[in-house]
Amino acid sequence: MDQALQHLVNGTVLGGTYALLGIGLTLIFGVMRVVNFTHGELYAFGAYMTYAFVSLLGVNFFAALALATLCGVALGAALELVLLRRMRKADIDSVMLVMIGASLVLQNGEMWAWGGVAKLVPNPFNGSPLVIGPVSVLPLRLFVLAVSAALLLGFWLMLDRTRAGVAMRATFQDPETAALMGVRIGWVNTATFAIGSGLAAAAGALLGPVFMVSPTMGDLVGLKAFAIVILGGLGSLPGATLGGFALGFVEEYAGGYLSTEYRDAFGFLLIILVLALKPQGLVPAKERIG
Amino acid sequence: MTAPDGRSAEGRGELNRSRLHHYAPWVFVLVLALLPLAFPDPYMLAVLTSAGIFIIGAISLNLLLGYTGQLSLGHVAFFGLGAYTSALASLGFDIGIGFGLRITLQPQPVWLGFIAAIIVAGGFGWLLGRLAFRVRGAYFVIITICFAQVLRMVALNWIELTQGPMALISIPPFSMWLPGQGVVPLYSKAQNYWLVLAVAVLAFIVVRQLVESRIGRALVALRANESLARSVGIRVTHYLVIAAVISAGIAGAAGSLFAHYIRIIDPDVFLFIYTVTMVIMVITGGKGTLWGPVVGGLIFGLVPDLLRGHARPEAQWVLYGVAMILFVMFLPRGIVPALASLRRRA
Repeated sequence: MDQALQHLVNGTVLGGTYALLGIGLTLIFGVMRVVNFTHGELYAFGAYMTYAFVSLLGVNFFAALALATLCGVALGAALELVLLRRMRKADIDSVMLVMIGASLVLQNGEMWAWGGVAKLVPNPFNGSPLVIGPVSVLPLRLFVLAVSAALLLGFWLMLDRTRAGVAMRATFQDPETAALMGVRIGWVNTATFAIGSGLAAAAGALLGPVFMVSPTMGDLVGLKAFAIVILGGLGSLPGATLGGFALGFVEEYAGGYLSTEYRDAFGFLLIILVLALKPQGLVPAKERIG
Repeated sequence: MTAPDGRSAEGRGELNRSRLHHYAPWVFVLVLALLPLAFPDPYMLAVLTSAGIFIIGAISLNLLLGYTGQLSLGHVAFFGLGAYTSALASLGFDIGIGFGLRITLQPQPVWLGFIAAIIVAGGFGWLLGRLAFRVRGAYFVIITICFAQVLRMVALNWIELTQGPMALISIPPFSMWLPGQGVVPLYSKAQNYWLVLAVAVLAFIVVRQLVESRIGRALVALRANESLARSVGIRVTHYLVIAAVISAGIAGAAGSLFAHYIRIIDPDVFLFIYTVTMVIMVITGGKGTLWGPVVGGLIFGLVPDLLRGHARPEAQWVLYGVAMILFVMFLPRGIVPALASLRRRA
């Protein structure tokens, strides 16, 4: 039982960052119909920027997290303006291929710039775990969970309360009608891709100090992000949030009770099963598209 | 056009052209076959051999990507399955499968491993086809990627069978009956080169026969308009699964060639980057054309070695990424169709 509680806590911490990744990916798919293969690379980019700011430039840890997220937003906007804007009329397969090309460039650019050796990001948190009853958790992980929750909440408020959020939701539901109502689809797309990329970079910036930072860290995470959005139904925002936590729990519990070695494989098996048996996702939401 | 002799002149041109079409491939194969005799440079032959193995992979991928129009991004799964099946069959294994039962296989001849590779990869092609062709587009793509990932995890963690990250080593090379020498293992570069060339020609012919058959016409029809094809009674999923099985079988053969040529394999044969390499070969050469994967494969099979010594290894992948973006954006049909339309205009 104690162990089950510990897994619950670990799964929640992991799930929070997974939800950030999933929301970004599903938002981009829902609004732009783009399967974003660069998502994992933006995650790695966020982690590297944190490392660069903290270790190389000596910036304060918390400021570095914010700066790294902003760098992710900027890179996302650049990718949209340079590549995706030209591909708006192209079919979904061609866009996927272009995004795969872009992820190759980004990943190997990172390898080129930083070398293959994993980096450690120093952080100001105490290394000894907090013990609450049967559960122990590192302060850094609690901080990660708190920031993920705050970002998720902020994102929901932005989508729900601001004009930009309304424009995004309108485009999400029906781009043509939204355009007729005066929504400038081009800018909605840029904003969407930038925000989605920013969320991925934030997830990387948060998890970089927890694990290590390496050029291939985005590979598995990019695929996991797909797992998350598919669990929730591609294009469903509530689904991606739930899917993020679901994958966190599945990995924790399956890794804890079934097999540590196959921990990462469970997510992929889950995607194959969900897609083969229930392709609309586990939580078919109203907003879902495609 | 209207004048009778004008038409006949054009007709004669067509005839010459079709005769050229008929003989050019065989001349090309002959030149490739004679290459080791004219230039017995082991380095060049090694480069061409590994390019050839990937070209076989690209030829098989083209069947799905080009002719059925399904963007299958887990193709390396079949390549890796073929490599592991063939290597394990030739090395033998002894594994427990639970309940105290064990499966033991004595080392088998390499050619049996080669056939087993084709059958196992084809079988998994059938399985993946049945599962993945229930969905289309982004969903299909993601299933295929995940399939390859799961296999990579199995190869990494089923250490009793695959040795995991320690890799399968000392895989025997192909052996073959050669005139005057009896059955000998193929150690030399030129022998392996000819073997790969022969399998590549065979794979090319299999794919050509298939796409020119009834099945091929059904595939092209469903690529053009799936609902229309379905409405005139083409059993879409049935044909897609046939294409997936054949494509997977050929990729398995390529994997087997790879295993016995390199003679060491580890779970990295399942890496997404190898699928991407094959995809780039097909896209740049021209998807849905018979020669596309060959042309694209020759270009991207030789590029890494032209870069070697001049640039860091990452440069190769950056270049591949840029090439992918540029081709999809500016020459989406690929080199072969572009050249063909240039020639028609000339």
